[in-house]
Amino acid sequence: MGDIPLFPESASTASGQFDIMFFFMVFLAVFFTVLVAGAVIYFSFRYRRRSADEVPPQISGNTKLEVGLMVPLAGLALIAFTWNAVLYMNMWDPPDDAMEIYVAGKQWMWKMQHPDGQQEINTLHVPVDTPVKLLMTSQDVIHSFYVPAFRIKHDVLPGRYTTLWFEATDVGEYHLFCAEYCGTNHSRMIGQVIVLGQADYEEWLATAGSTGSPTTAGDSGMADSGGTVAPEAAGAQLYESLGCAGCHNGGVIGPALDGIFGEEVQLEGGGSATVDENYLRRSILQPNADIVAGYQPVMPTFEGQVDEDQLFQLIKYIESLSSDNAETEQ
Amino acid sequence: MAVPTLALPQKKNYINAGSGLKSWLLTTDHKRIAILYLISISIMFLLGGLMAALIRMELLTPAADLMGSDDYNRLFTSHGVVMIFGFLIPSIPAVLGNFLIPLMIGAKDLAFPRVNLLSWYIYMVAGVMVLWVLFNGGLDTGWTFYTPYSSSVSTSEVLPTTLAVFIMGFSSILTGLNFIVTIHTMRAPGMTWFRMPLFLWSMYATSLIMLLGTPVLGITMLLLFAERVFGVGIFDPALGGDPLLFQHFFWFYSHPAVYIMILPSMGVISEVIAAFTRKRIFGYRFVAFSSIAIAIFGFLVWAHHMFVAGMSIHAALIFSLLSYLVAIPSAIKVFNWSATLYKGSIQFSTPMLYAMGFLGLFTIGGLTGLFLSALALDVHVTDTYFVVAHFHFIMVGGAVMGYLAGLHFWWPKITGRMYSETWAKLAALITFIGFNVTFFPQFIVGFLGMPRRYHTYAPEFQVLNILSTAGASILAVGMILPIFYLTSSLWSGKRAGKNPWGAAGLEWETESPPPQFNFDETPVVTVGAYNYGPVEDKIG
Ligand SMILES: [Cu+2]
Ligand SMILES: [Cu+2]
Repeated sequence: MGDIPLFPESASTASGQFDIMFFFMVFLAVFFTVLVAGAVIYFSFRYRRRSADEVPPQISGNTKLEVGLMVPLAGLALIAFTWNAVLYMNMWDPPDDAMEIYVAGKQWMWKMQHPDGQQEINTLHVPVDTPVKLLMTSQDVIHSFYVPAFRIKHDVLPGRYTTLWFEATDVGEYHLFCAEYCGTNHSRMIGQVIVLGQADYEEWLATAGSTGSPTTAGDSGMADSGGTVAPEAAGAQLYESLGCAGCHNGGVIGPALDGIFGEEVQLEGGGSATVDENYLRRSILQPNADIVAGYQPVMPTFEGQVDEDQLFQLIKYIESLSSDNAETEQ
Repeated sequence: MAVPTLALPQKKNYINAGSGLKSWLLTTDHKRIAILYLISISIMFLLGGLMAALIRMELLTPAADLMGSDDYNRLFTSHGVVMIFGFLIPSIPAVLGNFLIPLMIGAKDLAFPRVNLLSWYIYMVAGVMVLWVLFNGGLDTGWTFYTPYSSSVSTSEVLPTTLAVFIMGFSSILTGLNFIVTIHTMRAPGMTWFRMPLFLWSMYATSLIMLLGTPVLGITMLLLFAERVFGVGIFDPALGGDPLLFQHFFWFYSHPAVYIMILPSMGVISEVIAAFTRKRIFGYRFVAFSSIAIAIFGFLVWAHHMFVAGMSIHAALIFSLLSYLVAIPSAIKVFNWSATLYKGSIQFSTPMLYAMGFLGLFTIGGLTGLFLSALALDVHVTDTYFVVAHFHFIMVGGAVMGYLAGLHFWWPKITGRMYSETWAKLAALITFIGFNVTFFPQFIVGFLGMPRRYHTYAPEFQVLNILSTAGASILAVGMILPIFYLTSSLWSGKRAGKNPWGAAGLEWETESPPPQFNFDETPVVTVGAYNYGPVEDKIG
């Protein structure tokens, strides 16, 4: 303590690239601030009023100079814009093999679920050097998932999924903050991202699996519906118990769901949609909004019948129908 | 506030033209209405400042010390609402604009004097409603009212506040309309557009934004009201609405509103720099048109507040690029002001000190704005103290510094008295130092990752927060001093005479304080603004 901290920890592939760009921007900002402040101070000294009746020369302006200055400035701006645009687009483009973690925000806690079903509250264990994709949603108001050491942040909205991804480069514990104001305990909607070595992560998964989810104990207020059952397995059960198969198997009354995830479908009344998490979510809750071409609007809404977690499980089950190795058999 | 009786051998002026409270409350004189606004916005400013002081005290330590989180959330919300809607938006337009526009164009009053008074009453009704909310439950949504928290979850006084903001909007709209019509139709003979002082160009541009942008805020508030009261699903996904729609509506007004707050300041800076260098502003037309450009482009960049909100990547790319575009007119202004100093005859009176402070702080505020328009950079620092620091550099370092520059510059004209130059310079210096110590550390703590609107925070952020709070106590001194030396100048200040600064401009050709109808006879204008000598027009 005592020292004034100036730099945040840097622990992801994105944070390293971010910092180089950031210092370029700081350099530009300092350069122009010094330029303006220097000119103002120099002129103030050089041209201070020396006698009460001084009449300075009147200069109306210089168009060439104005335009001549704006061109290099615009050039610098374009560099800053492009550099940032490239990094930004990369932020929302996770590698295909990224491990997927489900994140649900709620006043005032974070719930995470690992691919095999392990759940934790306000803590997220991830393996180092592994791309991790977060599929996030909120159960009430808008929150924002922010890990300063990774330089990533994205709002977490009710009623839809948003995503974020990172690849941690250093083992350690990092702050997780809610960055979008969400009411009374907004500043306590915080947690940790714990980056473990690959082996340690495997070991953690096994422990978290065998003891149930130790971190979910207590009055968390979050339904612990999944336990350590993989979401797509829980989804398969739901698919049966809700009677989805009756219409969707065979694709007579409703479209067949095998292999539909990730595909583009034509919609009734024109247009098309890519079948992703948000499309499936909408199709389950508001089935008549985007009907696949050739089908009737006969599906009832499941709004109120499935909760946020079950919705996620159903979607993961449908997604699993599209992967070649049918994981659901395990 | 009692009106000081000015010493006897005194010409009739707008202050002694009538006496008694009624003569003030029913006045249609633009100068008296400006004084009414000055008193009301000063009260708002003091209240907002007091809340800022409490916020900084609470943030001295990472834990919650002085209050609970609900109270803290109400505190920063009220600070924002009171400062933005109660002080910054009306500040320069309603006080200095009201007082100066007719004087600067050689007119007797604004085009619609009664509407002008109505604007003040509307402002007062809304202001009283905001104060009522403060003392009856408060508001905890942040000044940004994000849905669905504000529409479906918050149990605080959302309805009266949105209603107050809605009502206050009419005050803005009427003022903007009044200014535009006045500038179009009431200019004295010979006062062509390009002979107008740049303050008028900036007031014109500001009025355009008030007129075009404020209705959108009004509609947004009504929709929020409808969702909250009648459960109409507009913004809350649970009711079938879209929360991002609110953010689009809100920022469509609130980004341009930033220019409602900063453009008038820019106008003041042009006047002050010209007067204290005794020079015409370098590149007059560039500065004039940059105000109009800001007013127009300002409407095209709102979604740069939403780069992590869940908007499409393509939209983000476009809004980022446009945000760089809107920086160009501001850069032009800074360049031209600095160039005006070149070969000037620079005098360091109080208004000039504030103007120079403005130049430095606005430059930093503007450049860090470009950090926030930069997509990847914004992802890390948005919703952190970096943003808080950035907008305080623009709002306090820019808008408030400009307001203080203008208030000191025209104080002799408004009151007929000079204030103590020594005290005023001291206050300007203290303000500048206090401001930097308060807000510069917030850039760093934001870059470290401290989110905004945090009542409690991680221990490693404490050192910088202590610095910031220390700076705030210095800043407070700088803000309180003017209350004393300006007030005491009303009784003991030296008489100002018509033109104490030797400045050019019609307002300096009439008495201080001006007579009730501004000029004894309508002036005829034969020269452009800033006529300090013949134009040489060569550099070097
Ligand atoms: Cu939150
Ligand atoms: Cu903006």
